[in-house]
Amino acid sequence: MNKKAYWALPYSIFLVLFVVLPLLLIAVYALRDSSGAFTLSNIAAFFTDPKIVNPFLVSLEVALENTAICILVGYPVAYILADKSLNRSAVTALLFILPMWINALMRTIATAEIFAAMGIGLGKGTLLFGMAYDYLPFMIYPIYTVLSKMDRSYIEAAQDLGANPVQVFFKVTLPLSMPGVMSGVMMVFMPTVSTFAISEILTNNTIQLFGTIIQENFNNLMWNQGAALSFVMLIIIGLTTLIPGNKNEN
Amino acid sequence: MEQKDVIIRLEHISHSFGEKKVLEDINLYIKKGEFITFLGPSGCGKTTLLRLIAGFLSPDEGIITLEGKDISALPPYKRPLNTVFQRYALFPHLDVYDNVAFALKLQKLPVDEINARVQKVLKLVSMTDYEDRNVESLSGGQQQRIAIARAIVNQPKVLLLDEPLSALDLKMRKDMQIELKEMHKKLGITFIYVTHDQEEALTLSDTIVVLNDGRIQQIGTPTDIYNEPQNAFVADFIGDSNLLDGTMIRDGKVRFAGHDFDCVDSGFGENTPVDVVVRPEDIYIMNNTDAAQFTAVVKSCIFKGVHYEMYVDSDAGYELVIQDYNAFEVGSEVGLIIKPADIQVMHKERLCNTFEGEMTSATSVLFMDAEFDCLDCGLQKGDKVKVEVDFDKIDLLDDSHESDVEAHIRNLLYKGDHYHLEVKTAEGYTFFVNTNDVWDRNDLVGINILPEDIRLSKLENE
Repeated sequence: MNKKAYWALPYSIFLVLFVVLPLLLIAVYALRDSSGAFTLSNIAAFFTDPKIVNPFLVSLEVALENTAICILVGYPVAYILADKSLNRSAVTALLFILPMWINALMRTIATAEIFAAMGIGLGKGTLLFGMAYDYLPFMIYPIYTVLSKMDRSYIEAAQDLGANPVQVFFKVTLPLSMPGVMSGVMMVFMPTVSTFAISEILTNNTIQLFGTIIQENFNNLMWNQGAALSFVMLIIIGLTTLIPGNKNEN
Repeated sequence: MEQKDVIIRLEHISHSFGEKKVLEDINLYIKKGEFITFLGPSGCGKTTLLRLIAGFLSPDEGIITLEGKDISALPPYKRPLNTVFQRYALFPHLDVYDNVAFALKLQKLPVDEINARVQKVLKLVSMTDYEDRNVESLSGGQQQRIAIARAIVNQPKVLLLDEPLSALDLKMRKDMQIELKEMHKKLGITFIYVTHDQEEALTLSDTIVVLNDGRIQQIGTPTDIYNEPQNAFVADFIGDSNLLDGTMIRDGKVRFAGHDFDCVDSGFGENTPVDVVVRPEDIYIMNNTDAAQFTAVVKSCIFKGVHYEMYVDSDAGYELVIQDYNAFEVGSEVGLIIKPADIQVMHKERLCNTFEGEMTSATSVLFMDAEFDCLDCGLQKGDKVKVEVDFDKIDLLDDSHESDVEAHIRNLLYKGDHYHLEVKTAEGYTFFVNTNDVWDRNDLVGINILPEDIRLSKLENE
């Protein structure tokens, strides 16, 4: 065996212990009832029990809305940051990333307090605000990276061929920055589906997201049911990652 | 002199990047249907000039007219010109067809017409059947063809080409040169071509514009530029050459390399210092030394494919390069003849270094932001003076710490028995030095000037 292959050994052990094994355990728990017998009822509950399906659909809706908000707000920000004539300092880019360095829970609690102080009632609006605030940097950064690395000659070529500034943006800049948008979507959409702390704090638990349902299952020691929900969500998230991947190959 | 066939005219164009002036007072007109090349070393301003015409930059001073209309303020998308970019800049998210059709689709032309025009240009660049290919899967030469197709599909009045062949290998480059020339004939539009490759410029162009340091050095046909360079830079940059200091004794008589030669040039005056260029293939070399104008000893002889290239030491101590179909033995004595018509005599651009300075005491003077000792010639502190120093009276020092002036070698010309160097100080002053020492471009040097070599004359205050 190649000597260097031994270097990979600790990482292989780590992967097996902390990634593969837990995933298998989730699958095993999901397919058993509390007595340990094989069953598909936990999985079936996901699709039949309205107490589970509805929060999941709400979660998807909130995640879609949050992702849309992050793109609409984050893209212009990334565009301005990457344009050297508009932004001459790397520090501004850092400032947009800075909130990530503060604990998300603390940030969310602080946001809720600010809403309370301003007399704004908690609900869907505050939830979306809090989510966008939390996840915006994950959208800005990949788009910013793609835009700042983009070869200026593409833009010049488009201008040269008769494209006005608006056409240059929609025909060249935007399509060429799609890989950045796609990784932004992956980093924003999937975590929002399963988040629970933000919805609890910023809606006073009036809006229950899917993450909350899973958490409640575990809190009530319904391990098999909780594992089944996690398992199904894992598969759904796994499927969604394939969609942008396929697009890029074409 | 408004000519009908002029398509582009540049008047007093200047451009700077920050402090650095890259183009200075460029005046130029380009004729309709012409293949014109901007030629010069890197950093000479040729690409900047092209970008000004394309509209990616706007000039600090001066105007650009297209068919008599001022287009200086027009953004690139409103100019009826198209560009072939150095690294092609094909859109990676579009296939070959959509790349070529880009300009036509922007104009919302009917699909049939777009189709027909795309097919036509793809045929012209021999890339039919590649419509659906991903541009990144194409070879460099194929991408080049698509870039040209994309630029000509919109039938521009002028095609701009920014070193389009520089990324291709030698064989491919030669083939593409021939194709470009044919394409130019077929399309009948004006080509403006930028290159640093003098051979490419000579092969392709109807007119060559030689640029250096942001200024036009010479404009002419390839044969003009090669046979009658107007100054030492052009002579040195275009082709191989023997570049020598000479003296025009009188009309038709020039002295260089230690001998007097008949020449065809006149109008320089008597006993005027000049630069002389003789091309290596224009020196006749033979074993018979009796019938020769002067003699030399062969130092080296290398076979170059078609001809031999020989370096010889002349009887008066000048090194010359000669090209001939016959080889001459190293160490043998040979006779040399140069015909009058093959001697190109040029005005010297400068005879000595001239600076403006100020006396800091009776025996010291400030110029190039440094103080130099000088002889007492009755001038007083504060007097403004003209300072002159001969080229061979400036000593270059290896160690810049010993000197108040820190400078870099910018350019070097070999003059047969010495080097003529262009040196630029950290403060941006340029001066020239003749030396026998061997320096390299970009070497860091200090300078030393002896007090008796500094000539001073008082400038009258106005």
